[in-house]
Amino acid sequence: MLVESVMTGETLVAVERLSRRHGQTQAVDAVSFTLERGQILGFLGLNGAGKSTTMRMLAGVLAPDAGRILIDGADLLDQPRRAKQAIGYLPEQPPLYRESTVDEQLCYSARLHGLDRAASHRAMAQVKARCGLANVGQRLTGNLSKGYRQRVGIAQALLHDPPVLILDEPTAGLDPVQAREIRALIRELGRERGVILSTHLLPEVQATCSHVQIMQSGRLVFAGALAELQQRRQSACLRIGLNAPPPVVELARLPTITRVENLGGGQFRLHHAAGAAPARALLDQAHVGGWDLWELTPERASLEQIFVELTLGWETAE
Amino acid sequence: MIRVIAARELRGLFLSPLAWTLLAVTEALLAWIFLILVNDFQNARGRLAALEHAPGVTDLVVAPLFRVAAWALLLLAPLLTMRLFSEEQRTGTLDLLLSAPVRASQIVLGKYLGVLTFLLSAVALMALMPLTLMAGATLDGGKLLAGLLGLSLLAASCAAAGLYLSSLTAQPIVAATATFGLLLAFWIVDVGAGRGTASELFGYLSLPRHNDALLLGLVRSEDVAYYLLFSVAFLGLTIRRLDNLRLRG
Repeated sequence: MLVESVMTGETLVAVERLSRRHGQTQAVDAVSFTLERGQILGFLGLNGAGKSTTMRMLAGVLAPDAGRILIDGADLLDQPRRAKQAIGYLPEQPPLYRESTVDEQLCYSARLHGLDRAASHRAMAQVKARCGLANVGQRLTGNLSKGYRQRVGIAQALLHDPPVLILDEPTAGLDPVQAREIRALIRELGRERGVILSTHLLPEVQATCSHVQIMQSGRLVFAGALAELQQRRQSACLRIGLNAPPPVVELARLPTITRVENLGGGQFRLHHAAGAAPARALLDQAHVGGWDLWELTPERASLEQIFVELTLGWETAE
Repeated sequence: MIRVIAARELRGLFLSPLAWTLLAVTEALLAWIFLILVNDFQNARGRLAALEHAPGVTDLVVAPLFRVAAWALLLLAPLLTMRLFSEEQRTGTLDLLLSAPVRASQIVLGKYLGVLTFLLSAVALMALMPLTLMAGATLDGGKLLAGLLGLSLLAASCAAAGLYLSSLTAQPIVAATATFGLLLAFWIVDVGAGRGTASELFGYLSLPRHNDALLLGLVRSEDVAYYLLFSVAFLGLTIRRLDNLRLRG
């Protein structure tokens, strides 16, 4: 379910070798990436991988130790106000004043971002309709359910119509129905903006994002389009069963096969290179050699396995 | 931008039961003291009439009342300023301010002006009581205004100190305690000071001492400058602290 993104090629966020320490630990280590208009970039990683720290630095809440952040052409350190005007930020905890009503909260946020009174009210009406908040304007934010609080948080980030949205775990703590709604909203928002969202849920990335970045201990271990990650998934292995198996060496000699595992009982797992299709050659060889093939199953590594492989640095995900 | 932040802060104070309770309690205590002072003045009227340059009602009622009001500010300020930044740090709403296109100085000044407006309205309430005396006596307007100026400057100083200490901790009650301790230290710093240059320094540092001349109707630039410097110093420290929060994380 990919978003039909409008690729204008306009770079909205450029991050160069961003680093940040927390005491002794290197929370973010020389991370570089770019975000373009129309992209929804999913930040994926285990808890403590440095996702939130990176996002806090992008939002200007936390100062980086080293590196450069350009938001819509403005350097976050040199022109902080111009850069921040271009960002809508939803922290892990939606920053809501418990004793304020939804309308007061949104109005304050709009005014903080430089909208005058009339513009604030126009923006509020629009954003409330978009985020499904039309009926809760007079409720205190402290009394809202988690789902509504999250929506107010997103609404708050949208008020000044920023080209860049930074959403830190936007669906955390929501029930599945609410999470679906929020994902649909994010996909819609991502069409004319650049969105960065963080999550530790793979299905969420699959459902929402066009691009993925996987972080592990402060480093980027994978960055690319979602399709590339899917590709890794296809470049997995074949599972075969033979009644008269040849020596393992012979199987390993087959074209594009990189490694052979003997599973016992005449079953083997053949690892092959990415994008290769060795089944045809295998069939021919099995016929010629009289191996008596009784099983041929392409095995796909699940996204989960790829994720674990990337984050834990395992050689194989078994 | 400063106005937007100040307005929210002021609104928040007027919505909180704490602020109203504080206003009610201080007003009640001051009313009690006011009545005692008026009563004393009534009783002493016969003796005062015999004196040549007898002190008037402004000296005998208004000045002592304002002296007590200064103590009331010492109690009010920490409790009103404790939540300014500590609550925002605790609940994470500070992120909204830090990620908004606003300067640290605008955030600090906004919050400061918000709480100061509230404190000044408390001072105005305190001033209403002596004003009722005008029904039956003539007040020395100059002395009254000087006294009010003193209280306002004192309020500005206390609010600035409270604002700074509230930015240092995420626990409002810790901020309140620290502010009260700091202000009390500045209050009694001249106690026990004898003579000599060191004592003069301690005397100069004392917060209420600069109010003494103002209560007598004497507006000296030295005293006004002291309070302004005190406030500006703490506001500067708060701005620095806010920038530091970004570095520290």
